[in-house]
Amino acid sequence: MPSSAPRALRPILSGLLAMGTLLRATPPASPVVDHRDFQAPPPPFSDGIFPCSSCHDPKAMAPNPKRRPLEGMHADIELRHGPESRWCLDCHDLKDRDRLHLVNGEKLDFTASYLLCGQCHGDKLRDWRVGVHGKRTGSWNGAKQYLLCVHCHNPHSPRFKALRPLPPPVPPDQIRARR
Amino acid sequence: MSDATSRSLRMTRRGLRPAGSRRAFLGGALAAVAGALATGCGREGMEAFLQHNFRELSRDELDRIIKRLEGEAKRRYGKKIRIGKEPAMQGVVFGYALDLSRCIGCRRCVHACVQENNPSRSPEIQWIRVLQMEKEKGVDLEAADAYYNPEEVPQEGHFYMPVQCQQCKNPPCVKVCPVGATWKDPDGIVVIDYNWCIGCRYCMAACPYGARHFNWGEPTVQPADLNPETHYLGNRPRPKGVVEKCTFCIQRTRKGLYPACVEVCPTGSRKFGNLADPKSEIRYILENKRVFVFKGELNTQPKFFYFYGV
Ligand code: SF4
Ligand code: SF4
Repeated sequence: MPSSAPRALRPILSGLLAMGTLLRATPPASPVVDHRDFQAPPPPFSDGIFPCSSCHDPKAMAPNPKRRPLEGMHADIELRHGPESRWCLDCHDLKDRDRLHLVNGEKLDFTASYLLCGQCHGDKLRDWRVGVHGKRTGSWNGAKQYLLCVHCHNPHSPRFKALRPLPPPVPPDQIRARR
Repeated sequence: MSDATSRSLRMTRRGLRPAGSRRAFLGGALAAVAGALATGCGREGMEAFLQHNFRELSRDELDRIIKRLEGEAKRRYGKKIRIGKEPAMQGVVFGYALDLSRCIGCRRCVHACVQENNPSRSPEIQWIRVLQMEKEKGVDLEAADAYYNPEEVPQEGHFYMPVQCQQCKNPPCVKVCPVGATWKDPDGIVVIDYNWCIGCRYCMAACPYGARHFNWGEPTVQPADLNPETHYLGNRPRPKGVVEKCTFCIQRTRKGLYPACVEVCPTGSRKFGNLADPKSEIRYILENKRVFVFKGELNTQPKFFYFYGV
């Protein structure tokens, strides 16, 4: 408590402080999960594309940070993830091609890419950690396997792809009696 | 004596018996059994006829019965199957949640359920029904379509609501069963003893979710399609003339696994866990998301919740 406070105010102040502690002591329910606990299969790289440094060798190919339409190698990537404001190097590291980076520059392995996604989609990351957003399999009371964001969402074009539905039930009027 | 004969004998007698006097009924039935035996029915047949309800069985009796049923299945399918009898776990009440904002109506869950649970294939009995609804109308059964079959889902302007047994806390299907062939186990799973079901289908009429299905014919499952990991109260092979339904994959979940529909759903819309565990994902959903139950006004108190994850 600030010692400069007039003596008469002190009890009120300490009461308020105590209330503050109380309020802080009951945060909203949100189970804390250590992200190192998440068992996820390796990211779904296209065949033979990783490690990126096998082509992007800084000695053989000078990195070009300039925003430009991609030709040759990555022309098949269609950036439909905020294309006006986004560019490869917002996520991929210019110098260390086998890793990603966060906005603050911190480098990140592809296996922890959910932290990168979570910078903008914080609510989804929170739900993913507790197993509400996204898919996890295994045991309801034990070891679980998580999927990374990129297992369901193509990071360059994240909208969930439409699927062909499996067959519907047979309508009752088409069910024939069997003997 | 075949299963069907023993059941039809039970049906004629049990309908009249005063509640709770199973033993008195058995006494009265002995004459019929003697008759059946005289016509060449073996010891196994008599045992099948005299078999108690699952809940009344002693361990020894249960082991014997399971052996007999496994033998029957082996003869019928030429394949060894396991019939589990795992009881409900202490301190576990199962709950399910389905994210309506994510489900795309792809029916992967429907068909994974069929593969897991050994229902008849022709015509195929499906325990999960996915309803396609119009976003503009909301949950409106009049406008729901279970037979949609476009090239691709999700369809513009629509959302999808899979419906299966809601494992009601207050299950009307259990209340109406005249013979006690269906009940709610301590982990909340509503189960059916197929050897005890008389096929009267009262439960089907009582269930407001269309969750119960009747085997009008001898169930057809090819041996190659038969899932040999079963549970007495779940996906073991069924006889003709009994009712069946979703059991939250009792044969999996009582061993700690997720149900087959959870495992397969490509959008991760399906969530499952222990309602009694405050740290479970299902509790998180109930405490933090917009949740509703289907036909809540009927007070069936489903343990199957729908929520909006966004
Ligand atoms: S598998 Fe998942 S997304 Fe597909 S219909 Fe079932 S619940 Fe919906
Ligand atoms: S949904 Fe139907 S079958 Fe399932 S417990 Fe409720 S009333 Fe019974």
